[in-house]
Amino acid sequence: MPGLKFSRRSLVLASGAVLATGATGFLVPARASGVAPTASMRGGSNNYRPGAPIVDRIGGGGFWMTGTVRRAGDGAPLPGQRIQIWAHTTEGHERDPQSHGATLTDANGEFRLEMPQIVPAFGQPHGHLAYDSGEFETVFLRPIMGSSKDKTLAAHFVLQPA
Amino acid sequence: MAVPIIAAAASPQLAWREPIYITAGFAGVISMCLLLMQPLLAGRLLPGLTPVASRHWHRWCGLALVAAILIHVGGLWITSPPDVIDALLFVSPTPFSAWGVIALWAAFGAAFLGLSRKRLGLRFRVWRLGHASLAIITIIGSVVHALMIEGTMEVMTKWVLCGLVVLASVATLAKFQIWDIRRPT
Repeated sequence: MPGLKFSRRSLVLASGAVLATGATGFLVPARASGVAPTASMRGGSNNYRPGAPIVDRIGGGGFWMTGTVRRAGDGAPLPGQRIQIWAHTTEGHERDPQSHGATLTDANGEFRLEMPQIVPAFGQPHGHLAYDSGEFETVFLRPIMGSSKDKTLAAHFVLQPA
Repeated sequence: MAVPIIAAAASPQLAWREPIYITAGFAGVISMCLLLMQPLLAGRLLPGLTPVASRHWHRWCGLALVAAILIHVGGLWITSPPDVIDALLFVSPTPFSAWGVIALWAAFGAAFLGLSRKRLGLRFRVWRLGHASLAIITIIGSVVHALMIEGTMEVMTKWVLCGLVVLASVATLAKFQIWDIRRPT
């Protein structure tokens, strides 16, 4: 990495990050100097309905949306964060209220929410996720499934304090 | 041409779509079929049609194509406005959207040239080169747009239809040598 400079501050931050991520089993040497925040994806906020309720499951289920939420910089897992999820599924369109739901991250900053099977919409099988709770900067993600037959889709957030 | 439409009509994805989304999708499939008719008619490659009848049908298929494109985009707009706005503004996350929008404007341009040929007062071969150039952009844009999409069209019939569109276009362009804009001797 050309141009990488260590100051005392970044060294302390990096050391902290290594310790923190090492402790959680997320240690990735290339990122040890600081975990960059996730940028919102193009089209990520399309058909967003703010305030989706926290649910045990969206509709009948059968498909799993999974992911992690971490803090920018030290990469520490963020528990109790509300992630909103919506997609075009076998049970409804992106715009339909019943296609939207939210879940909270667990103690490891991980979330998983069961929902109906995602089907291709507007040419790609994809899901939408939002972090929009205010404590951190808002992030909208729009991950694409490798195959429309997949039964799971993952999306990862690295949030920056607002 | 009916084969890709019938194959799309059998798509399992239709069960999970609203009527307006289905209509928009089929307007796209029909556009692709009309796009096969256009070079065949322009090149008078269809047997049994006189040159006058060919040109007549070319005009009507062109107008039908513009109408189908409007239904396609309009229907998608009603289905999901932000996705269509993104596409029209060239900020869509889906790479095929930009190809579709380029094809849309090129098709409208070609149609405009077709309707206003006499008013424009261009020399015929210059006009023809302009009309054909916009048609080529329409065809390339539409084919790439269609092939990249995972939608209701069945894969094999989609590729065959797109291949035929390209073949028919090449045949017509070569037949008229549209790049030659010298005055006919």
